[in-house]
Formats: sequence, C-alpha cells, structure tokens
Amino acid sequence: MSDALLEVRKLEVRFGGFTALEDVTFHLQPGESVGLVGESGSGKSTLARAILRLIPPASGELVWSGDNMLAWPARELRRRRRDMQIIFQDPHASLNPRLSVGDTIAEPLKIFSGELSASERQARVSEMLERVGLSAAMAERYPHELSGGQCQRIGIARAMILRPRLLICDEPVSSLDASIQGQIVNLLADLQREWGTAVLFISHNLALVRHLCQRVLVIYRGRLIEIASRDALFAAPRHPYTHALLAAVPDLTRGFEAPAVWGQDASWGCAYHGRCRHAQGLCLTTVPPLQPVDPHHEVACHRWHEVVYS
Amino acid sequence: MTAVLAVDGLHVGFRSGNETIDAVRNVSLSVAAAECVGIVGESGSGKTVMFLAAMGLLPKHAHTDGRIRFEGIDILGRTSRELNQVRGSRLAMIFQDPMTSLTPHLTIGTQLAEVLVCHARLPWRDARLAALDMLERVRLPQPARRLKQYPHELSGGMRQRVLIAMSLLCKPSLLIADEPTTALDVTVQAEIILLLRTLRAELKLATILISHDLGVVAGLADRIAVMYAGRIVESATTAGLLRGALHPYTAALLDCVPHLKGPRWDRMPFIPGSAPSASSREPGCAFAPRCAAVRERCRSERPLLGALGAGGPTERQVACHFPLAT
Amino acid sequence: MNAGRRLSANPAALGALVVLGALVLLAVFGPLASPNDIETLDWNHVATPPGLAAGHWFGTDRLGRDLFARALEGTRTSLAVGLLASLISVSVGVGFGALAGYSGGRTDQLMMRLIEVLSGLPLIFFVIFLTVIFGHNRYLLFLAIGAVGWLTMARIVRGQTLSIRRREYIEAAVASGATTARILVKHVAPNLLGPVVVYATLTVPQIILFESFLSFLGLGIQEPHASLGTLIAEGAAEMDAASWILWVPGTILAALLLSLHILGDGLRDVLDVRERESS
Repeated sequence: MSDALLEVRKLEVRFGGFTALEDVTFHLQPGESVGLVGESGSGKSTLARAILRLIPPASGELVWSGDNMLAWPARELRRRRRDMQIIFQDPHASLNPRLSVGDTIAEPLKIFSGELSASERQARVSEMLERVGLSAAMAERYPHELSGGQCQRIGIARAMILRPRLLICDEPVSSLDASIQGQIVNLLADLQREWGTAVLFISHNLALVRHLCQRVLVIYRGRLIEIASRDALFAAPRHPYTHALLAAVPDLTRGFEAPAVWGQDASWGCAYHGRCRHAQGLCLTTVPPLQPVDPHHEVACHRWHEVVYS
Repeated sequence: MTAVLAVDGLHVGFRSGNETIDAVRNVSLSVAAAECVGIVGESGSGKTVMFLAAMGLLPKHAHTDGRIRFEGIDILGRTSRELNQVRGSRLAMIFQDPMTSLTPHLTIGTQLAEVLVCHARLPWRDARLAALDMLERVRLPQPARRLKQYPHELSGGMRQRVLIAMSLLCKPSLLIADEPTTALDVTVQAEIILLLRTLRAELKLATILISHDLGVVAGLADRIAVMYAGRIVESATTAGLLRGALHPYTAALLDCVPHLKGPRWDRMPFIPGSAPSASSREPGCAFAPRCAAVRERCRSERPLLGALGAGGPTERQVACHFPLAT
Repeated sequence: MNAGRRLSANPAALGALVVLGALVLLAVFGPLASPNDIETLDWNHVATPPGLAAGHWFGTDRLGRDLFARALEGTRTSLAVGLLASLISVSVGVGFGALAGYSGGRTDQLMMRLIEVLSGLPLIFFVIFLTVIFGHNRYLLFLAIGAVGWLTMARIVRGQTLSIRRREYIEAAVASGATTARILVKHVAPNLLGPVVVYATLTVPQIILFESFLSFLGLGIQEPHASLGTLIAEGAAEMDAASWILWVPGTILAALLLSLHILGDGLRDVLDVRERESS
C-alpha cells in the first residue's frame, strides 16, 4: 500500500449538519483505472472534489504518494494541482464562455510553464487538440459554437496537457448521446494507456464502468459499501444495493426484474436497511464496516456471508 | 379502428435569420388505443419537436405541414383555448424534469386538485379525495402526507410519480411522456417503468414514450419508431427490432449500448461523426456520411420509408436502400 | 465582437448611437465654429431668439450671452461628468463587488454592511458637505457623484459574481492551479462584462440627471461655467418671455438621456443573448 498514488483514509465531509461523506477509505495505484459508482446524492461528486481539495474535509486523511495532502499550504497545493486533474459532466459549463478554445487549453501551460513562449505554447495546444481528435484550427473557436462531444474533448485536452498522474472523470459522458459516448471513452482509455495516468471514473452507469475499469467502488449515501475488482463485482456482488443496481439496468435481452423492496432510507444502523429484504437485527442498529470477503473484495454488510445473489 | 393519435406527413420548420431549420421531415405514425409506441432518437433527431407538435406547444414562428389528429380532432393550427380543453385531460403529458414541471410554491395536493377543479369542475373537497386516490394508485408511499408537502420536499422519483398521477386524473386516452426517466437514478427509473407498465394494463392507456434510451423504450413499448435527422428511419415491433435491426443506424445504436452480460469490450463502439444539422439539405440518405454499409446510391438518392410485410401492427418499415438482412 | 454586428441590426440603438455621436461632436467641435464664447455679454443682442443674428444661432440669454456656446459648454460638462463619474463608479464598484462576491463568508458580509451603511447616507448632504469643505470645484463634484454611484454597481457585480463563482469553469480554473487573482481577472471579470456594460450605460444618464439637478439647485456647477442643469434653471425663470433659453438645453438634455437609455437597452439585448448562447 505504500506505493499507492493516492490513499484516502476515513474521509469525512460535512455541509452544515448534513454528512455528505463518512468513513471513506480506499487507495488508488498509479496507472490504475477505478470506477466509482453511485446514484444522485450518494456523494460521488463530493468525493471527487474532496480528493482534489476543492472542498475541505471535516476529518480524515488524504495521502498523495506518501505526502499528507491536507498539510500542504495553499501555494504548495496549487503547485501540485498539475498532477491531479478533473473533467466534468456538463461539457459546456466547464469551459469559460469568454475564452477561446486555444486559451482554455493553454491555461495550465500559462500557470505552470510560464517559461514557454507564446509560439511554443501554441504548438503544444495544437498538438493537444490533434491528440484529442480535433483540428488545430479549432483553437480560434468559442465553446458556444461547438457540440457537447467537442467541448468534452477540449476539457480532456485542458486536463491532460500537463500529463497529470491522476485524472478524475465526473460523469464525463452522461450528457452525451449513446452513439458518441464511445468516442470519448476510447479517447480516455488511449490517453491513459499512453501516459500511465490513473483514472477515477465516476458514473451512475454500471454497464459503462464494466467495460472501462479494473476495480469498482460502490458508494451509497456517503459511504463506500462495496469495493471489488471488476470481474468479482459483476459476477458476484456481495451487497444488496449493488445487486439492486445491477438488476435495475435495462437490458435489451431481458425485461426488467422487480426492483428492490420499496422503502425509505434510514438514518440509523445500515443506511440501506429500509430497502433491503435481508435486513435483520444488527442491520437496524449498527452501521456495518467494510469487511474483506477476499483479499481484493470488501463489502459493508452484516450479512454478506449468509446471503448470495445470483 | 380509429387511432387515438394519427400523425400524417408532419413537417415542422423554423426560420432563423436566413436559414430554415427543418426539425421534423415528413413523419407519419399512429397510436391505437391501449398501445404503447416508443420513439427513439438522439439529439438532433427531431423527437422533441414532434412531441411539442403533438401537444400543440410549438412556438409561434414554427411552420408546420401535414396533420396531427387526436381522437379525430386536428391539433395543428388550433388556438390555445381550443387545445386547452383536451390538453391536460384527455391528452396528458409528462416532461423530462419533474422539478421544473411542478410549481414550487404550491402544495402537491393543491396542484393535483387544481387539475380536477379546472377540467372536471369538481368541488375542491372531492378533487382532493380523488387526488389522494390517484397517489395511492401510483404507489406513492404515505400519500396523505404528500398532499400537504411541497415539490422540493420530495425526491425525483416521487415527483415523477406525482406527475404521472396528475396526468391520469382526468382519465386520458393518450399519455405522451418525453424522457420521463432520464433525470432519475437507475433504480428509480426501473420502478417508474414498471409503474407505467402496470398502469397501462390497468387503465388501457395509449402511450407515446419518447427517449434516447433504447433500453427504457424497449421495456415499455409495443412498437418502436427510430428517428434520425427529422425522419423515421425504422419502425417495428419491439420484439422484432430487438431480434435484429434492419436500418444500419438502428443496428449501430443497439451496438453502442453497454451491456452487463456478454463479453467485455476493449474499445467501446460508437458511430463516427455526428448527426447532420437540421438546416442541411444534402441529397441522399442523411445517415450516409456515417454509415458503415454506405454505397453510391445512398449518397444521391434519399431512401423512402417503405413497408415490409403485410401491414397492420406487426408491419415493419425501414428507410434504407440496402436494409440489413434479418 | 459580433455584438457590434448584432447591435447595428437594431435600428433604435443605431439611431441612438448616431444622435449621441452627433452631440459629442457638436459639443467638442461646435465652439470652433462659433464666433462667440460663453462669457461675453453682447449688449446688442440681449434675449434674442435663435436666428442668424451675429452668430447667435441658438439665441442669447437675458445677459446677452450666446446660448449656442453656453449650451455646448453645458453639454460638455454633462458628458464629462457622465463619463468621469461613471468611470469611477464602475472601477470601484466592479473591484469591490467582485472581491466581495468571490470571497464570500465574513469578508463578503463585512463589505456588504459597508455598502449598506453608505447607501443610507443622503447623497445631497454628502455633496453639500464636500462643497463646504473644499469649495466649488468641478472635479470634486464629479468625484462626489462617482463616489456614490459605485454602490449600486458593487451590489450588482457582487450578485453576478456570486452566481459565476459557482459555475463549473471556475471550479476547473481552481483545479488547474490558478491563483485567486488570476481567476478574478481572467475568468470572473470577462463574464461580468455583460451586466456591467449595460448597467454602466444606464448609470450615465442617471448621473447626468443628478448633476443637472444639483446644478439646478445651485449646488453644482457655478458661474460663469454652465451645465445643462444651470441653463435649465435659468430657462425656467424666463419661460414666458424667452422660452428658447429653456427648450434649447432641455432638448439637448432629453436627447442625451434618451439616446443613452436606448443604447443601454440595445446593448443589454445584444449582450444578454450572447450570455444565453454561451451558458
């Protein structure tokens, strides 16, 4: 674990009285592709921002290559940002409407590579534009003239121009048509392979994560409830919520299965017990911690060893 | 058998400056009683404009051609006043975003009861009782409590149930739903789809379901029409379509949906390029620039929507010179 | 910027621009054409109506001073006050408002309290106070007006900044390692442009009117200098006998204010559409 790129330990984030993230612990290896799956309100976007220190955690540890991230003063944090980048869900909203495409992509260069001349910068920008599948001439255009897919590529160009070691993708293709999602996803996979960037891919689309990520984290109401390698998760999920998620994905080869038992989220004991058909005794009183099923599979469920999901 | 909704040669265009944008081009379809027709299309396909046209909600500067008849009444060219008699009562609709479809400062109970007071002229008390009954029908938990709550106090899935309830209050003969589950989580989406399925069976309701998500449409529709660049390019029963698409676009679209079972992809499939703009007037098939099976004829001659088979509800239609073999 | 192109498609705004341009040119170059100046008393032509007599194209007032020269001087004064005071309002207002909006929290609260306190002070008393201390100085007047005008601009800018701050591209800028200063200058300020320009063009007529009002009351511009306000004050006294002394400066003031308003509206339409397109 000491060679991990990022270690998150017992991270907690609160907004006023509301706990958005609690007891979040996981690690990320260099070059690894990890999926973070959860529904709206689960805290996945909050986690992304907390990792990048865009929002302050209430408690917990963030360790970057052995360094305590939370101890970095503002200046050091800014300096380190070149190594950790993010792309957002809404491609248009993440681009400054008043900056040309070229200026947007050049921003990181202006901030970190001030020694470059204007023409060198322009060359790097053109190179990056072509790398993400756009023409160099696009540098003169403005975001409002471009499609969602094109804007997302620009966001990727901006994020990757300094070859960060970590790229967080917050629902990068959710607002794009299914027929062009693949263009963006493949681009991300290519860049990752070429430059060894670790990717944290956040999505509510399980099927997408299955094709893209080596490990999966499932988050529910601010807690990680299952962590597993991709194959293990999809073949044999151990948490009832993961199972419900998988069952709910519309599959063209079969109809819908009955969704999980109706109910309300609970605020004591296991947050999922109100909807879980296997909830019993301990589930109502105690929050289950993450327990190892296998060396590479953890689940936060009191009854994981008793219940099996097909 | 008269169709509940009959669209004949619909054409919708907008003039913007010097350009004319043709959002919908010569679309015909019909929905029979108790039938569910799904319209699948991506951005730029014209499905939303068609939706607006069917409800008479097109902006004033739109010009239309063709006919839309709801239970025999013409929709296009009617005044708001005339349309308001059927809209919201016999012709019901639900939109994509449940939050913006509900008035934030009125309670759920008031908004529901209002529909009955306006359309069915019920007194408020009876209207509220009917509203409560409908909330139970749509399986909203704790319905009595919800009547007194405000939209922001409910989750997205609950709000959508409220909207479905609202649309059913006046016993519509047709329900048009535009992306009803897109803004919802996948587990909630599954619940809403099952709810719609149940209600359809119970109320014998004709439904038009518009979505970019084939999976959602396939879970609910009897027939599916696939739209591309303002036209219907394929139309078939759901079962037939899933067995094998005839139009290259439909087939490519089906291929792009990530699946849970089956082999994993190394590269995700996609359709190269992007949909043509609504103002383009290129000859030939609109999909030709992106089609893997394109041939010379496709670029010069636009394929017309032609039927294969005997006609009737199991009829298959496809607009392609070289449809894929089933 | 294609905003310019869009603006030229609006006939009213274009007309306003032309009128404004004409007034500015007249105010600046007019006196070169006229043989008279603002102070000379022409005893031969006391209170003469507009005509060609001795170059008194707009007539004279009851002291025999040429109204053409004085009206143009008045226009120059109004334009100057409009421009300078607006410049002060805008720069102070934008700086203050953007900082408050972006900082948020306690800093923002403190800054807003300051604005509220200052807003509560009656403007007239403030001007009188300054005049008493420093005497009747034209530029002091501009300063005084500008010093009060920034308050509303600051409020508007703060509101806009609060909403911009939450946009994703600001988050992206932070994530890219930009310093706060850089974000304010490169990312926040350019996106404030729309509302700021619009409000600025609407502030200018307000300021001009206010100065005219002050001068009308005798608090602003002093003799022998003229402002449209002082001229209107004179004209009001002579309304029955020599009505042109009123309607010459009155028409000019009305034309100035109207064209500024129309231009402001036109700019808002143009810039707002752009905002909508790009958001």
